[in-house]
Amino acid sequence: MSERATTPWRDWLLTDTPSSRRQAAWGRRYRMWRDFRANPLALTGLILVLAIFAASLAAPLLANWNPAAQDLANRLATPSARHWFGTDELGRDVYSRVLYGGRITLGMVVAVVAVVAPLGLAIGCVAGYAGGWADRVLMRVTDIFLAFPRLILALAFVAAIRPGITSTVAAIALTAWPPYARLARAETLTIRNTDFIAAVRLTGASPFRIILRHVAPLCLSSLIVRVTLDMSAIILTAAALGFLGMGAQPPSPEWGAMIAAARRFILEQWWVPTIPGIAIFITALAFNLLGDGLRDVLDPKQR
Amino acid sequence: MKSGLRTLGASAASVLVTLFGLVLVTFLIGRVMPIDPVIAIVGDHAPPDVIAQTRLALGLDRPLPVQFWIYLNHLMHGDLGSSVMTSHSVVDDIIQYFPATLELATVAIIIATVIGVPLGVLAAVRQGKRTDHAIRIFCLAGHSVPIFLLALLSLLIFYATLGWAPGTGRQDVVFDGEVPIATGLLTIDAIISRDWAALHDALAHLAQPAGVLAYFSMAYIARMTRAFMLDALQGEYIVTARAKGLSAARIIWRHAFGNIAIRLVTVLALVYAGLLEGAVVTETVFSWPGLGQYLTVSLLNADMNAVLGATLVIGLSYLLLNLFADGLYRLLDPRAK
Amino acid sequence: MLTRRSLLAATAASPLVATTITRSARAATPRDVVVMAKQIDDIISFDPAEAYEFSNNEVDANCYRRLVSPDHTDNSKVAGDLAETWTISPDGKSFTFKLKTNAKFASGKPLTAEDAAFSLQRTVILNKTPGFIITQFGFTKENVAQLIRATDDHTLQIDLPQAVAPSFFLFCLSANVGSIVEKATALQNQVEDDLGNAWLKSRTAGAGAYQLTQWSASDHIALAENPHSGIPTATKRIIIRHVADPSAQLLMLQKGDADIVRDLTPDQLKTIAANKDFHPISSGQGSSLYIAMNQAMPELAKPQVQQAIKWAIDYDGIARNIVPNRFMVMQGFIPKGLPGALTEETYHQDVAKAKALLAEAGLPDGISVTMDYISAAPYGDIAQAVQANLAAVGIKVNLIAGEQKQVITKTRARQHQLAMLVWGTDYFDPNSNAQAFFANPDDSDSSKLKILAWRSHFHDKELTAIVEEAAKELDAAKRIAMYEDMQRIGHQRAPFAMMLQTISTAVLNKGVSGFILGPLPDYTRYSDIKKA
Repeated sequence: MSERATTPWRDWLLTDTPSSRRQAAWGRRYRMWRDFRANPLALTGLILVLAIFAASLAAPLLANWNPAAQDLANRLATPSARHWFGTDELGRDVYSRVLYGGRITLGMVVAVVAVVAPLGLAIGCVAGYAGGWADRVLMRVTDIFLAFPRLILALAFVAAIRPGITSTVAAIALTAWPPYARLARAETLTIRNTDFIAAVRLTGASPFRIILRHVAPLCLSSLIVRVTLDMSAIILTAAALGFLGMGAQPPSPEWGAMIAAARRFILEQWWVPTIPGIAIFITALAFNLLGDGLRDVLDPKQR
Repeated sequence: MKSGLRTLGASAASVLVTLFGLVLVTFLIGRVMPIDPVIAIVGDHAPPDVIAQTRLALGLDRPLPVQFWIYLNHLMHGDLGSSVMTSHSVVDDIIQYFPATLELATVAIIIATVIGVPLGVLAAVRQGKRTDHAIRIFCLAGHSVPIFLLALLSLLIFYATLGWAPGTGRQDVVFDGEVPIATGLLTIDAIISRDWAALHDALAHLAQPAGVLAYFSMAYIARMTRAFMLDALQGEYIVTARAKGLSAARIIWRHAFGNIAIRLVTVLALVYAGLLEGAVVTETVFSWPGLGQYLTVSLLNADMNAVLGATLVIGLSYLLLNLFADGLYRLLDPRAK
Repeated sequence: MLTRRSLLAATAASPLVATTITRSARAATPRDVVVMAKQIDDIISFDPAEAYEFSNNEVDANCYRRLVSPDHTDNSKVAGDLAETWTISPDGKSFTFKLKTNAKFASGKPLTAEDAAFSLQRTVILNKTPGFIITQFGFTKENVAQLIRATDDHTLQIDLPQAVAPSFFLFCLSANVGSIVEKATALQNQVEDDLGNAWLKSRTAGAGAYQLTQWSASDHIALAENPHSGIPTATKRIIIRHVADPSAQLLMLQKGDADIVRDLTPDQLKTIAANKDFHPISSGQGSSLYIAMNQAMPELAKPQVQQAIKWAIDYDGIARNIVPNRFMVMQGFIPKGLPGALTEETYHQDVAKAKALLAEAGLPDGISVTMDYISAAPYGDIAQAVQANLAAVGIKVNLIAGEQKQVITKTRARQHQLAMLVWGTDYFDPNSNAQAFFANPDDSDSSKLKILAWRSHFHDKELTAIVEEAAKELDAAKRIAMYEDMQRIGHQRAPFAMMLQTISTAVLNKGVSGFILGPLPDYTRYSDIKKA
């Protein structure tokens, strides 16, 4: 423990008697980070996630081929120095496509989360805080969407608009929000009757303000865990939609669509569908490890 | 008891409302699909008069609310209409396709439980140790593989290369029509008619798809088991048991595990409900004639009676399992009161 | 006949023994059963008056017989099936068929002219999807009983309201819709006035070599020999299993779990070719892959733009690299194998020429269009290759994938710009495709003929007139020449880039033989399938 020599800022963070709310908050965060760092799997997940994001952002620098350039005479080539991961069914470079595909996949994941988390949070908080009729109606709607076969709802939705990245994002969002609403409602119910909220209410704050400023932030930590764990589910659902021909559309190098297009080659040119499959696997696993680690830290009850 | 009945009544009412919403949403989806159901039936070549005649015959010329009302009316009488794709009544179709899904989901949940629960217990006991991490990686990996890749690779390895498992489908052709259908579950039917060869065949065909689904579901089961166990192992009575000098195995399995069993059942019920949704992708790869595949094919052909019927069945089983989990939890777990 | 049942009965004492036997027997499919792996989720009905997809037409072809069929040795001629002989009156309006006396239904009852008359009348009265193949000659619900009638047990008299080329009418009778259904069975199972339609959706009542014993949608079809048909069958039972995934089909072939597989990809066929155990067979099909250009879009209405698209496509590269063995280049409007087919290759990829044509059209900077296509493999690959080809000449294509029925819905509503689709000929006469691509007598929304030309607003009076004349031309040679001329005009003016023709393939496992793939599913035969 000698390396854990005290430094002034660590002392400031870990003090038992914080002098300000901010100091206390940062202290709490620091302790969580320390817990998190102690978990090698979670740390691996975090590093992987960051690496995947970085590789996707740097795709134009890392790719050595134009991901859309076809070479029909050189279809399904085996991996070589020219094409590191071989070529696909239209002679395109798989390595470059996987890199660019990361942008689409991660972009979709971020977009879905950006829609679902606030939506679920809003519905859950309102239902939980308002109670009564609003609660009953909102929860029934949530139930309907929960009872719906998820992939079918997404399929129907995509088919109803038209297959593509935007509609895939919307469809996954449509199926992913109910658990968030439930979670947020459950959290809100426990928070609603606390003295702390009662005190805020006494100051004359509007319900809207109470939900936005005081209830919602308290639901955040469990929501973050859920989001991180959901990322892999989102990636897999997008891939499954792609597999069923309803996801991102060619020539877009989305990983699921790449597998869908190449799955007929699994027996002979197995690397063509397997490489994007591995990309999906690693990304999903990274998010899962990260989420699992976060849950240990943020949601100790669920440990 | 009275309050129990009231809860039951309220639950039933909420299930009905939810089902109604489900039908309404599904019905609306059918109307916004960019596939003309009439063209889906008559095809690319049909002349205009055939199209007009078919539209009339299907009642699709009537206003939407009227169509919905007619559907509801038939529904009340247990009539789900007939499917365009199979030309059978949807009820008959469900009787045919649902058992395949039920059988697959049931075997999958059994495998997932038998492996996932002990793994979760083991992980809890070895919390933070290497075993814990290994189990965590093993389970999370299952939750991270695209399931169709897993299914295809499984076929490639266990069927094509090793020859351990039979190929796709529910049964070998030699058994086609040989075992009298009683329940539609091939394993049970085989047992009823004491056809052990057919039973062996049915189980062999189940192994791969069920294994793939089980691996996918295991992560959550193991995870929750571990969490519950950790919680239980810190309980006072465990500390007491330890102080009494009871063996570790006895403490873990008799005391701690016995205490979490109920909560575990609720988790399993939810996972089971998820599996019953019809593992569309797994069913597709394994040519498994289940409800998930039926629903997908119907949807892509705008066969809305079939879609509505199948969605209702899946939704209903989901709701009932939820209700069961909820009820069990309330009934048996003292803390929930 | 040794069945699994009798095997089991012999060893019933010990379940273990029975298990061992079936397990070891599993090394291959049972000897008297042929297992075929095929994608069969297209089936809606087996009633010949209604069936109009590929898989059900093929099954019907083996469960029902028709009056005539295309000649095995020369597809452009008609041969008798149930009809022993036929005579045509000099004015071309009256056909008299003498039926064979030995044909029997699966029920054991003999097939009579009354059954034949009933079946054709039934098709007209029900007027389901394929009904037009018969009704286009002028039959209606009102006149059909009078125009199609049995004059005795084995004589069928058909009078046409107006004269047509005899081969045109005969080829239409050879289509699946001309199948002869057993009248008594159909009427016994009649619900309301449906002439047995509901009952026959999932059953057969024909005189073909087989009968349908079980159909479970998107799962399997079971056929058993029709013991009365008089057609010798080498295999008593045929099971067609729905296997959507071509890889799974290949595995079943390799493991001996399937005797015949039908949907291997071009690349899998390449792999298979090296293995001497497997025997691939193929047959060109009457289906054309084409790109329709909707004339409602002003840019696409310019002849130079149409020509530019036709000159931009790398026909050969696509056929050779992406879909070898499954498609061949075919730029004629009538598929190879049908009378009147034009096999000359008018177009090849010429980027400079295509660019020049665009410039000539006043669009030197190119255009931007959408293209709808069917999402299933290999159409996605072909669509992307076309997208790259057109991009090279300055035409930016946004691809819109859809389920087949979705793309059809859209093109029928005339809402597409470009659409890449497959058109299968309805019957074996060139009139089917000529009418589809060229005839559009009325471009309004209330038109009675809404096929391909109408859907893309292609309204050419001259071509429409030639199509109508050719259908009535009694001189066979002159008629063929008319179809060839039509297609040459079509190359200049029709807004369709004809690209490829489908090839149907099947791979037979070791020791399996006798499976005959027809040029249309309507002519694919199971009865000679044998296992060594």
